[in-house]
Amino acid sequence: MSAKLEMRDIRFGYGQTPVLDHLSLSVQPQEFVSILGASGCGKSTILNLLCGTLRPQAGEMFVDGGPLTGISDHFAYMPQSDLLFDWQTILENVCLYGRIHGAYADAKAQAKENFAAFGLAGCEELYPRSLSGGMRQRAAFLRTSLCSADILLLDEPFGALDVISRGDMQQWLLSMRTRLSRTALLVTHDVDEAIYLSDRILVLGGRPAHVVREFPIAEKNRTRDWLFAQGSLRGEIYRCIKGETA
Amino acid sequence: MYRAERKPELRPFEPDLDHANAGTRICRQRGGCFVLRVFACFKTGAVSLIKGGIVLKHALPALVIAVLLILWEACVRLFAIPLYVLPAPTQVIAALISDAPPLASHALVSLSEALAGMGIALALSLVLGIAMDAFPAVGRAIYPILVVTQTVPMIVLAPIFIIYMGFGLAPKILTVTLMCFFPIVVSFADGMAQVSPAYQNLLRSYGAGRLQIYTLAKVPAALSSLLSGLKVAATYSISGAVVGEWIASQRGLGYYLLRVKNNYMLDKVFACVLVIILLSLLMNGLIRLIQRLCAPYLCDKEKENAP
Repeated sequence: MSAKLEMRDIRFGYGQTPVLDHLSLSVQPQEFVSILGASGCGKSTILNLLCGTLRPQAGEMFVDGGPLTGISDHFAYMPQSDLLFDWQTILENVCLYGRIHGAYADAKAQAKENFAAFGLAGCEELYPRSLSGGMRQRAAFLRTSLCSADILLLDEPFGALDVISRGDMQQWLLSMRTRLSRTALLVTHDVDEAIYLSDRILVLGGRPAHVVREFPIAEKNRTRDWLFAQGSLRGEIYRCIKGETA
Repeated sequence: MYRAERKPELRPFEPDLDHANAGTRICRQRGGCFVLRVFACFKTGAVSLIKGGIVLKHALPALVIAVLLILWEACVRLFAIPLYVLPAPTQVIAALISDAPPLASHALVSLSEALAGMGIALALSLVLGIAMDAFPAVGRAIYPILVVTQTVPMIVLAPIFIIYMGFGLAPKILTVTLMCFFPIVVSFADGMAQVSPAYQNLLRSYGAGRLQIYTLAKVPAALSSLLSGLKVAATYSISGAVVGEWIASQRGLGYYLLRVKNNYMLDKVFACVLVIILLSLLMNGLIRLIQRLCAPYLCDKEKENAP
Protein backbone atom coordinates (compact mmCIF):
# COMPACT_ATOMS: atom_id res chain seq x y z
CA MET A 1 0.00 0.00 0.00
CA SER A 2 2.38 2.71 -1.13
CA ALA A 3 3.07 4.53 -4.31
CA LYS A 4 5.42 6.94 -5.94
CA LEU A 5 4.15 10.46 -6.41
CA GLU A 6 5.44 13.03 -8.86
CA MET A 7 4.50 16.61 -9.75
CA ARG A 8 6.14 18.25 -12.79
CA ASP A 9 6.20 21.95 -13.61
CA ILE A 10 2.89 22.70 -11.94
CA ARG A 11 1.39 26.17 -12.34
CA PHE A 12 -1.67 27.38 -10.46
CA GLY A 13 -3.25 30.68 -9.46
CA TYR A 14 -6.39 32.00 -7.85
CA GLY A 15 -7.92 34.46 -10.32
CA GLN A 16 -5.17 36.80 -11.47
CA THR A 17 -2.85 35.93 -8.58
CA PRO A 18 -0.30 33.23 -9.45
CA VAL A 19 0.40 30.99 -6.44
CA LEU A 20 2.53 28.16 -7.75
CA ASP A 21 4.83 28.14 -10.77
CA HIS A 22 7.39 25.58 -11.99
CA LEU A 23 6.63 23.46 -8.96
CA SER A 24 8.19 20.03 -9.24
CA LEU A 25 8.52 17.43 -6.54
CA SER A 26 8.59 13.69 -6.15
CA VAL A 27 7.93 11.38 -3.23
CA GLN A 28 9.24 7.81 -3.15
CA PRO A 29 7.11 4.85 -2.06
CA GLN A 30 6.75 4.78 1.74
CA GLU A 31 8.66 8.02 2.06
CA PHE A 32 7.43 10.66 4.49
CA VAL A 33 7.96 14.11 3.01
CA SER A 34 7.12 17.46 4.60
CA ILE A 35 6.46 20.69 2.80
CA LEU A 36 7.44 23.78 4.77
CA GLY A 37 6.79 27.33 3.80
CA ALA A 38 5.62 30.71 4.99
CA SER A 39 1.92 30.97 5.60
CA GLY A 40 -0.14 31.70 2.50
CA CYS A 41 2.62 30.49 0.15
CA GLY A 42 0.45 27.76 -1.39
CA LYS A 43 1.29 24.70 0.73
CA SER A 44 -2.32 23.59 1.12
CA THR A 45 -2.99 24.36 -2.54
CA ILE A 46 -0.54 21.60 -3.47
CA LEU A 47 -2.61 19.04 -1.52
CA ASN A 48 -5.85 20.33 -3.03
CA LEU A 49 -4.34 19.97 -6.51
CA LEU A 50 -3.29 16.41 -5.76
CA CYS A 51 -6.61 15.27 -4.35
CA GLY A 52 -8.45 16.85 -7.27
CA THR A 53 -10.52 19.57 -5.61
CA LEU A 54 -8.42 22.09 -7.58
CA ARG A 55 -7.02 21.73 -11.11
CA PRO A 56 -3.54 22.88 -12.16
CA GLN A 57 -3.31 25.42 -14.98
CA ALA A 58 -0.21 23.77 -16.35
CA GLY A 59 2.04 20.82 -15.60
CA GLU A 60 1.52 17.14 -14.96
CA MET A 61 1.07 14.90 -11.94
CA PHE A 62 1.70 11.17 -11.76
CA VAL A 63 1.12 8.36 -9.30
CA ASP A 64 3.26 5.29 -10.10
CA GLY A 65 3.72 6.67 -13.60
CA GLY A 66 -0.02 7.04 -14.30
CA PRO A 67 -1.21 10.59 -14.96
CA LEU A 68 -3.61 12.24 -12.49
CA THR A 69 -6.71 14.05 -13.68
CA GLY A 70 -9.28 15.23 -11.18
CA ILE A 71 -10.41 13.24 -8.18
CA SER A 72 -8.68 9.87 -7.86
CA ASP A 73 -8.65 7.11 -5.29
CA HIS A 74 -4.90 7.37 -4.68
CA PHE A 75 -5.14 9.88 -1.87
CA ALA A 76 -6.37 9.95 1.68
CA TYR A 77 -6.69 13.60 2.56
CA MET A 78 -6.67 14.89 6.12
CA PRO A 79 -7.48 18.56 6.60
CA GLN A 80 -6.30 20.85 9.39
CA SER A 81 -9.53 20.82 11.36
CA ASP A 82 -10.74 17.32 12.16
CA LEU A 83 -14.02 17.79 10.21
CA LEU A 84 -15.77 15.04 12.14
CA PHE A 85 -19.53 14.96 11.70
CA ASP A 86 -21.19 15.98 14.98
CA TRP A 87 -24.26 13.87 14.26
CA GLN A 88 -22.39 10.61 13.85
CA THR A 89 -20.69 8.44 16.44
CA ILE A 90 -16.93 8.08 16.25
CA LEU A 91 -17.34 4.63 14.71
CA GLU A 92 -19.67 5.99 11.99
CA ASN A 93 -17.30 8.92 11.44
CA VAL A 94 -14.18 6.85 10.95
CA CYS A 95 -16.00 4.52 8.52
CA LEU A 96 -16.85 7.41 6.19
CA TYR A 97 -14.83 6.05 3.28
CA GLY A 98 -16.43 2.61 3.56
CA ARG A 99 -19.90 4.13 3.73
CA ILE A 100 -19.33 6.22 0.61
CA HIS A 101 -18.11 3.18 -1.28
CA GLY A 102 -20.76 0.75 -0.07
CA ALA A 103 -18.47 -1.27 2.19
CA TYR A 104 -19.73 -0.12 5.58
CA ALA A 105 -19.62 -3.54 7.24
CA ASP A 106 -16.01 -4.21 6.22
CA ALA A 107 -14.98 -0.72 7.26
CA LYS A 108 -16.61 -1.21 10.66
CA ALA A 109 -14.75 -4.46 11.28
CA GLN A 110 -11.47 -2.91 10.18
CA ALA A 111 -12.09 0.21 12.28
CA LYS A 112 -12.85 -1.76 15.44
CA GLU A 113 -9.50 -3.55 15.15
CA ASN A 114 -7.73 -0.19 15.06
CA PHE A 115 -9.49 1.74 17.83
CA ALA A 116 -7.02 0.69 20.53
CA ALA A 117 -3.93 1.41 18.43
CA PHE A 118 -5.24 4.90 17.75
CA GLY A 119 -5.81 5.50 21.46
CA LEU A 120 -9.57 5.53 21.01
CA ALA A 121 -10.59 2.33 22.80
CA GLY A 122 -14.10 2.67 24.22
CA CYS A 123 -14.97 5.73 22.12
CA GLU A 124 -16.80 3.82 19.38
CA GLU A 125 -20.30 4.93 20.34
CA LEU A 126 -19.46 8.43 21.60
CA TYR A 127 -20.25 11.59 19.68
CA PRO A 128 -17.30 13.79 18.64
CA ARG A 129 -18.23 16.62 21.00
CA SER A 130 -17.42 14.51 24.05
CA LEU A 131 -13.82 13.94 22.87
CA SER A 132 -10.78 16.12 23.53
CA GLY A 133 -9.04 17.92 20.67
CA GLY A 134 -6.27 15.32 20.53
CA MET A 135 -8.71 12.43 20.49
CA ARG A 136 -10.79 14.05 17.74
CA GLN A 137 -7.61 14.47 15.72
CA ARG A 138 -6.72 10.80 16.25
CA ALA A 139 -10.26 9.86 15.14
CA ALA A 140 -9.78 11.98 12.02
CA PHE A 141 -6.47 10.19 11.51
CA LEU A 142 -8.12 6.80 11.83
CA ARG A 143 -10.75 7.89 9.30
CA THR A 144 -7.96 8.96 6.93
CA SER A 145 -6.01 5.76 7.36
CA LEU A 146 -9.11 3.64 6.67
CA CYS A 147 -9.27 5.04 3.14
CA SER A 148 -8.01 2.42 0.77
CA ALA A 149 -5.59 4.92 -0.72
CA ASP A 150 -1.82 4.64 -1.21
CA ILE A 151 -0.82 8.18 -0.31
CA LEU A 152 -1.63 10.19 2.80
CA LEU A 153 -2.01 13.94 2.33
CA LEU A 154 -1.79 15.64 5.72
CA ASP A 155 -2.64 19.33 5.81
CA GLU A 156 -1.31 20.69 9.13
CA PRO A 157 -3.05 17.86 10.97
CA PHE A 158 -1.97 19.08 14.40
CA GLY A 159 -2.14 22.82 13.70
CA ALA A 160 -5.24 23.34 15.81
CA LEU A 161 -3.87 21.61 18.92
CA ASP A 162 -2.03 23.08 21.90
CA VAL A 163 1.73 22.56 22.15
CA ILE A 164 1.56 19.63 24.60
CA SER A 165 -1.09 17.66 22.68
CA ARG A 166 0.71 18.44 19.45
CA GLY A 167 3.92 16.95 20.85
CA ASP A 168 2.03 13.83 21.96
CA MET A 169 0.39 13.47 18.57
CA GLN A 170 3.72 13.85 16.74
CA GLN A 171 5.25 11.16 18.89
CA TRP A 172 2.25 8.96 18.28
CA LEU A 173 2.38 9.55 14.51
CA LEU A 174 6.07 8.67 14.50
CA SER A 175 5.26 5.37 16.21
CA MET A 176 2.44 4.75 13.73
CA ARG A 177 4.54 5.34 10.63
CA THR A 178 5.65 1.76 10.21
CA ARG A 179 2.11 0.53 10.89
CA LEU A 180 0.62 2.87 8.28
CA SER A 181 3.41 1.99 5.82
CA ARG A 182 2.23 4.48 3.25
CA THR A 183 3.66 7.31 1.26
CA ALA A 184 2.90 10.53 3.08
CA LEU A 185 3.02 14.20 2.19
CA LEU A 186 2.73 16.51 5.20
CA VAL A 187 2.12 20.24 4.93
CA THR A 188 3.15 22.20 7.99
CA HIS A 189 4.61 25.50 9.15
CA ASP A 190 6.17 23.90 12.23
CA VAL A 191 9.89 23.35 11.54
CA ASP A 192 10.33 21.01 14.54
CA GLU A 193 7.37 18.90 13.47
CA ALA A 194 8.86 18.54 9.99
CA ILE A 195 12.32 17.58 11.32
CA TYR A 196 10.86 15.12 13.81
CA LEU A 197 8.61 13.26 11.38
CA SER A 198 10.08 13.46 7.87
CA ASP A 199 12.52 11.55 5.74
CA ARG A 200 12.87 14.65 3.61
CA ILE A 201 11.83 18.29 3.95
CA LEU A 202 10.95 20.45 0.96
CA VAL A 203 11.03 24.19 1.53
CA LEU A 204 8.64 26.22 -0.57
CA GLY A 205 9.60 29.77 -1.46
CA GLY A 206 9.45 32.54 -4.02
CA ARG A 207 6.41 34.21 -5.51
CA PRO A 208 4.82 32.34 -7.21
CA ALA A 209 6.10 29.49 -5.07
CA HIS A 210 8.24 26.51 -6.00
CA VAL A 211 10.55 24.14 -4.12
CA VAL A 212 13.66 26.15 -3.24
CA ARG A 213 15.56 23.57 -1.22
CA GLU A 214 15.50 19.99 0.04
CA PHE A 215 16.73 18.74 3.40
CA PRO A 216 17.10 14.97 3.68
CA ILE A 217 16.96 13.65 7.26
CA ALA A 218 18.52 10.24 7.70
CA GLU A 219 18.20 9.74 11.49
CA LYS A 220 16.61 6.40 12.36
CA ASN A 221 16.39 6.74 16.13
CA ARG A 222 14.32 9.87 16.66
CA THR A 223 13.72 11.18 20.14
CA ARG A 224 12.84 14.53 21.60
CA ASP A 225 16.45 14.91 22.77
CA TRP A 226 17.68 14.25 19.26
CA LEU A 227 15.21 16.87 18.01
CA PHE A 228 16.41 19.45 20.55
CA ALA A 229 19.99 18.92 19.35
CA GLN A 230 19.08 19.86 15.77
CA GLY A 231 19.65 23.58 16.35
CA SER A 232 21.79 24.28 13.31
CA LEU A 233 19.48 22.38 10.95
CA ARG A 234 16.49 24.21 12.40
CA GLY A 235 18.27 27.55 11.93
CA GLU A 236 19.18 26.73 8.35
CA ILE A 237 15.62 25.67 7.47
CA TYR A 238 14.24 28.76 9.17
CA ARG A 239 16.53 31.07 7.20
CA CYS A 240 15.62 29.22 4.03
CA ILE A 241 11.88 29.74 4.68
CA LYS A 242 12.53 33.44 5.31
CA GLY A 243 14.27 33.54 1.91
CA GLU A 244 17.65 34.58 3.34
CA THR A 245 19.71 31.88 1.62
CA ALA A 246 17.49 31.19 -1.37
CA MET B 1 -5.52 58.68 56.08
CA TYR B 2 -8.32 59.36 53.64
CA ARG B 3 -7.35 56.36 51.55
CA ALA B 4 -7.39 54.05 54.55
CA GLU B 5 -10.93 55.01 55.42
CA ARG B 6 -12.26 54.55 51.91
CA LYS B 7 -14.21 51.44 51.19
CA PRO B 8 -11.99 49.21 49.05
CA GLU B 9 -12.98 49.20 45.41
CA LEU B 10 -14.79 46.16 44.16
CA ARG B 11 -12.83 43.81 42.01
CA PRO B 12 -14.59 42.59 38.84
CA PHE B 13 -16.84 39.52 39.24
CA GLU B 14 -17.09 40.02 42.97
CA PRO B 15 -20.73 40.68 43.83
CA ASP B 16 -21.38 43.50 46.24
CA LEU B 17 -23.38 41.49 48.75
CA ASP B 18 -23.51 44.32 51.27
CA HIS B 19 -25.22 46.48 48.73
CA ALA B 20 -27.51 43.72 47.48
CA ASN B 21 -28.80 42.91 50.94
CA ALA B 22 -29.09 46.54 52.01
CA GLY B 23 -32.80 46.71 51.12
CA THR B 24 -33.58 43.63 53.18
CA ARG B 25 -31.62 44.96 56.12
CA ILE B 26 -33.27 48.37 56.02
CA CYS B 27 -36.71 46.69 56.04
CA ARG B 28 -35.80 44.60 59.04
CA GLN B 29 -34.20 47.50 60.93
CA ARG B 30 -37.08 49.89 60.47
CA GLY B 31 -39.70 47.28 61.07
CA GLY B 32 -40.76 48.36 57.53
CA CYS B 33 -44.20 48.60 56.02
CA PHE B 34 -45.98 45.40 55.01
CA VAL B 35 -45.26 45.63 51.28
CA LEU B 36 -41.55 46.19 51.84
CA ARG B 37 -41.39 43.27 54.22
CA VAL B 38 -43.17 41.03 51.69
CA PHE B 39 -40.71 42.22 49.06
CA ALA B 40 -37.80 41.42 51.36
CA CYS B 41 -39.18 37.92 51.95
CA PHE B 42 -39.51 37.36 48.21
CA LYS B 43 -35.97 38.55 47.74
CA THR B 44 -34.42 36.26 50.31
CA GLY B 45 -36.62 33.49 48.94
CA ALA B 46 -35.41 34.16 45.43
CA VAL B 47 -31.78 34.15 46.56
CA SER B 48 -32.20 30.76 48.21
CA LEU B 49 -33.94 29.55 45.05
CA ILE B 50 -30.99 30.74 42.98
CA LYS B 51 -28.80 28.65 45.22
CA GLY B 52 -31.22 25.79 44.53
CA GLY B 53 -30.42 26.23 40.82
CA ILE B 54 -32.83 24.02 38.91
CA VAL B 55 -35.78 24.85 41.15
CA LEU B 56 -35.54 28.46 40.08
CA LYS B 57 -35.74 27.60 36.37
CA HIS B 58 -39.33 26.36 36.74
CA ALA B 59 -40.40 27.94 40.02
CA LEU B 60 -39.79 31.55 39.13
CA PRO B 61 -41.90 31.74 35.95
CA ALA B 62 -44.63 29.69 37.67
CA LEU B 63 -44.58 32.11 40.58
CA VAL B 64 -44.85 35.14 38.31
CA ILE B 65 -47.78 33.62 36.42
CA ALA B 66 -49.50 32.70 39.69
CA VAL B 67 -49.11 36.24 41.02
CA LEU B 68 -50.51 37.72 37.79
CA LEU B 69 -53.49 35.33 37.89
CA ILE B 70 -54.26 36.20 41.51
CA LEU B 71 -54.03 39.92 40.67
CA TRP B 72 -56.38 39.39 37.71
CA GLU B 73 -58.90 37.45 39.82
CA ALA B 74 -58.73 40.08 42.58
CA CYS B 75 -59.28 42.97 40.15
CA VAL B 76 -62.31 41.32 38.52
CA ARG B 77 -63.92 40.67 41.90
CA LEU B 78 -62.89 43.95 43.50
CA PHE B 79 -64.15 46.17 40.68
CA ALA B 80 -67.08 43.83 39.79
CA ILE B 81 -66.05 43.72 36.12
CA PRO B 82 -68.89 42.14 34.08
CA LEU B 83 -68.30 38.84 32.24
CA TYR B 84 -68.71 40.39 28.78
CA VAL B 85 -65.78 42.73 29.49
CA LEU B 86 -63.33 40.49 31.33
CA PRO B 87 -63.94 37.06 32.90
CA ALA B 88 -62.02 36.03 36.02
CA PRO B 89 -59.56 33.12 35.72
CA THR B 90 -61.89 30.94 37.82
CA GLN B 91 -64.76 31.65 35.41
CA VAL B 92 -62.50 30.70 32.48
CA ILE B 93 -61.61 27.41 34.16
CA ALA B 94 -65.31 26.76 34.88
CA ALA B 95 -66.16 27.39 31.21
CA LEU B 96 -63.30 25.13 30.15
CA ILE B 97 -64.70 22.29 32.26
CA SER B 98 -68.37 22.78 31.34
CA ASP B 99 -67.63 23.13 27.63
CA ALA B 100 -64.93 20.44 27.53
CA PRO B 101 -66.71 18.01 25.13
CA PRO B 102 -67.41 20.53 22.31
CA LEU B 103 -64.00 22.18 22.86
CA ALA B 104 -62.31 18.80 22.52
CA SER B 105 -64.09 17.90 19.30
CA HIS B 106 -63.38 21.34 17.77
CA ALA B 107 -59.77 21.15 18.97
CA LEU B 108 -59.37 17.80 17.23
CA VAL B 109 -60.47 19.38 13.93
CA SER B 110 -58.02 22.29 14.31
CA LEU B 111 -55.22 19.96 15.37
CA SER B 112 -55.71 17.70 12.35
CA GLU B 113 -55.71 20.74 10.04
CA ALA B 114 -52.54 22.02 11.71
CA LEU B 115 -50.81 18.64 11.44
CA ALA B 116 -51.81 18.20 7.79
CA GLY B 117 -50.69 21.75 6.96
CA MET B 118 -47.38 21.28 8.76
CA GLY B 119 -46.80 17.95 7.03
CA ILE B 120 -47.35 19.45 3.60
CA ALA B 121 -45.19 22.47 4.48
CA LEU B 122 -42.40 20.19 5.70
CA ALA B 123 -42.49 17.98 2.59
CA LEU B 124 -42.49 21.03 0.31
CA SER B 125 -39.68 22.63 2.32
CA LEU B 126 -37.45 19.56 2.06
CA VAL B 127 -37.87 19.34 -1.71
CA LEU B 128 -37.64 23.08 -2.36
CA GLY B 129 -34.85 23.60 0.19
CA ILE B 130 -32.63 21.03 -1.49
CA ALA B 131 -33.54 22.36 -4.95
CA MET B 132 -32.67 25.92 -3.84
CA ASP B 133 -29.35 24.74 -2.42
CA ALA B 134 -28.38 22.50 -5.33
CA PHE B 135 -29.37 25.04 -8.01
CA PRO B 136 -28.74 28.61 -6.84
CA ALA B 137 -30.79 29.89 -9.79
CA VAL B 138 -33.88 28.18 -8.33
CA GLY B 139 -33.22 29.88 -5.00
CA ARG B 140 -32.84 33.28 -6.60
CA ALA B 141 -36.04 32.78 -8.62
CA ILE B 142 -38.20 31.51 -5.75
CA TYR B 143 -36.97 33.46 -2.74
CA PRO B 144 -38.71 36.78 -3.61
CA ILE B 145 -42.00 34.90 -4.12
CA LEU B 146 -41.59 33.27 -0.71
CA VAL B 147 -41.02 36.63 0.94
CA VAL B 148 -44.04 38.16 -0.82
CA THR B 149 -46.34 35.34 0.36
CA GLN B 150 -45.34 36.25 3.91
CA THR B 151 -46.13 39.94 3.48
CA VAL B 152 -49.76 39.39 2.43
CA PRO B 153 -51.88 39.14 5.61
CA MET B 154 -53.42 35.70 6.09
CA ILE B 155 -56.76 37.31 6.92
CA VAL B 156 -56.85 38.54 3.30
CA LEU B 157 -55.73 35.27 1.73
CA ALA B 158 -57.96 32.94 3.75
CA PRO B 159 -61.30 34.17 2.27
CA ILE B 160 -59.82 33.90 -1.22
CA PHE B 161 -58.85 30.27 -0.56
CA ILE B 162 -62.42 29.63 0.58
CA ILE B 163 -63.75 31.08 -2.66
CA TYR B 164 -61.43 28.75 -4.59
CA MET B 165 -61.71 25.62 -2.48
CA GLY B 166 -65.04 25.73 -0.68
CA PHE B 167 -65.90 25.36 2.98
CA GLY B 168 -64.11 22.06 3.71
CA LEU B 169 -60.77 21.39 5.34
CA ALA B 170 -58.69 22.18 2.23
CA PRO B 171 -58.58 26.01 2.51
CA LYS B 172 -57.67 25.78 6.23
CA ILE B 173 -54.88 23.31 5.54
CA LEU B 174 -53.59 25.61 2.79
CA THR B 175 -53.62 28.55 5.22
CA VAL B 176 -51.56 26.55 7.72
CA THR B 177 -49.19 25.40 4.98
CA LEU B 178 -48.61 28.96 3.79
CA MET B 179 -47.94 30.20 7.33
CA CYS B 180 -45.58 27.34 8.22
CA PHE B 181 -43.80 26.91 4.92
CA PHE B 182 -41.66 30.05 5.09
CA PRO B 183 -39.92 29.54 8.47
CA ILE B 184 -39.27 25.88 7.66
CA VAL B 185 -37.83 26.31 4.17
CA VAL B 186 -35.74 29.36 5.08
CA SER B 187 -34.19 27.72 8.14
CA PHE B 188 -33.53 24.51 6.22
CA ALA B 189 -31.94 26.28 3.24
CA ASP B 190 -29.85 28.50 5.54
CA GLY B 191 -28.70 25.47 7.51
CA MET B 192 -27.50 23.78 4.33
CA ALA B 193 -25.83 26.92 3.03
CA GLN B 194 -23.83 27.19 6.25
CA VAL B 195 -22.17 23.78 5.85
CA SER B 196 -18.48 24.56 5.44
CA PRO B 197 -17.06 23.90 1.95
CA ALA B 198 -14.25 22.04 3.76
CA TYR B 199 -16.69 19.21 4.53
CA GLN B 200 -17.77 19.07 0.90
CA ASN B 201 -14.16 19.01 -0.29
CA LEU B 202 -13.37 16.23 2.15
CA LEU B 203 -16.31 14.17 0.92
CA ARG B 204 -15.45 14.79 -2.72
CA SER B 205 -11.82 13.78 -2.13
CA TYR B 206 -13.22 10.56 -0.59
CA GLY B 207 -15.09 10.01 -3.86
CA ALA B 208 -18.59 10.99 -2.70
CA GLY B 209 -21.13 11.96 -5.36
CA ARG B 210 -23.42 14.98 -5.20
CA LEU B 211 -26.28 13.02 -3.67
CA GLN B 212 -23.98 11.61 -0.99
CA ILE B 213 -22.80 15.10 -0.07
CA TYR B 214 -26.45 15.84 0.73
CA THR B 215 -27.24 12.61 2.54
CA LEU B 216 -23.98 12.47 4.52
CA ALA B 217 -23.29 16.13 5.25
CA LYS B 218 -25.68 18.83 4.15
CA VAL B 219 -29.06 17.48 5.24
CA PRO B 220 -27.91 16.14 8.64
CA ALA B 221 -25.97 19.36 9.27
CA ALA B 222 -29.08 21.41 8.48
CA LEU B 223 -31.27 19.28 10.74
CA SER B 224 -30.61 21.49 13.74
CA SER B 225 -31.80 24.66 12.02
CA LEU B 226 -34.62 22.76 10.30
CA LEU B 227 -35.90 21.77 13.74
CA SER B 228 -35.67 25.39 14.93
CA GLY B 229 -37.78 26.40 11.93
CA LEU B 230 -40.23 23.59 12.70
CA LYS B 231 -40.59 24.80 16.30
CA VAL B 232 -41.51 28.28 15.08
CA ALA B 233 -43.87 26.82 12.47
CA ALA B 234 -45.47 24.51 15.04
CA THR B 235 -46.49 27.47 17.17
CA TYR B 236 -47.92 29.20 14.08
CA SER B 237 -49.77 26.14 12.82
CA ILE B 238 -52.68 26.17 15.28
CA SER B 239 -53.17 29.94 14.81
CA GLY B 240 -53.15 29.35 11.05
CA ALA B 241 -55.91 26.77 11.34
CA VAL B 242 -57.95 29.05 13.64
CA VAL B 243 -57.66 31.98 11.20
CA GLY B 244 -58.88 29.74 8.38
CA GLU B 245 -61.83 28.53 10.46
CA TRP B 246 -62.70 32.02 11.63
CA ILE B 247 -63.43 33.11 8.06
CA ALA B 248 -65.87 30.34 7.17
CA SER B 249 -66.43 26.90 8.63
CA GLN B 250 -68.77 24.67 10.61
CA ARG B 251 -66.11 23.03 12.77
CA GLY B 252 -62.89 23.83 14.55
CA LEU B 253 -61.72 26.16 17.32
CA GLY B 254 -61.96 29.23 15.03
CA TYR B 255 -65.65 28.49 14.41
CA TYR B 256 -66.27 27.95 18.14
CA LEU B 257 -64.40 31.16 18.97
CA LEU B 258 -66.44 33.20 16.50
CA ARG B 259 -69.74 31.83 17.85
CA VAL B 260 -69.02 32.44 21.54
CA LYS B 261 -67.54 35.87 20.79
CA ASN B 262 -70.69 36.91 18.94
CA ASN B 263 -72.69 35.91 22.06
CA TYR B 264 -70.37 37.89 24.36
CA MET B 265 -69.44 34.71 26.29
CA LEU B 266 -66.01 35.96 27.09
CA ASP B 267 -65.30 33.18 29.60
CA LYS B 268 -65.65 30.69 26.73
CA VAL B 269 -63.57 32.88 24.43
CA PHE B 270 -60.78 32.84 27.01
CA ALA B 271 -61.22 29.09 27.58
CA CYS B 272 -60.85 28.57 23.83
CA VAL B 273 -57.75 30.78 23.77
CA LEU B 274 -56.34 28.63 26.55
CA VAL B 275 -56.97 25.52 24.45
CA ILE B 276 -55.23 27.19 21.48
CA ILE B 277 -52.23 27.99 23.67
CA LEU B 278 -52.11 24.44 24.99
CA LEU B 279 -52.36 22.96 21.49
CA SER B 280 -49.59 25.25 20.21
CA LEU B 281 -47.37 24.18 23.09
CA LEU B 282 -48.29 20.58 22.34
CA MET B 283 -47.19 21.00 18.72
CA ASN B 284 -43.96 22.60 19.91
CA GLY B 285 -43.42 19.73 22.35
CA LEU B 286 -44.04 17.26 19.54
CA ILE B 287 -41.16 18.79 17.57
CA ARG B 288 -38.94 18.59 20.65
CA LEU B 289 -39.85 14.92 20.98
CA ILE B 290 -38.98 14.33 17.33
CA GLN B 291 -35.67 16.13 17.92
CA ARG B 292 -34.94 13.90 20.90
CA LEU B 293 -35.66 10.81 18.80
CA CYS B 294 -33.87 11.66 15.57
CA ALA B 295 -31.12 14.00 16.76
CA PRO B 296 -30.01 12.99 20.26
CA TYR B 297 -26.68 14.77 19.79
CA LEU B 298 -28.55 18.10 19.57
CA CYS B 299 -30.26 17.47 22.91
CA ASP B 300 -26.87 16.82 24.49
CA LYS B 301 -25.69 20.12 23.10
CA GLU B 302 -28.65 21.97 24.58
CA LYS B 303 -27.99 20.37 27.94
CA GLU B 304 -24.35 21.40 27.80
CA ASN B 305 -25.25 24.97 26.93
CA ALA B 306 -27.88 25.22 29.64
CA PRO B 307 -26.78 27.38 32.56
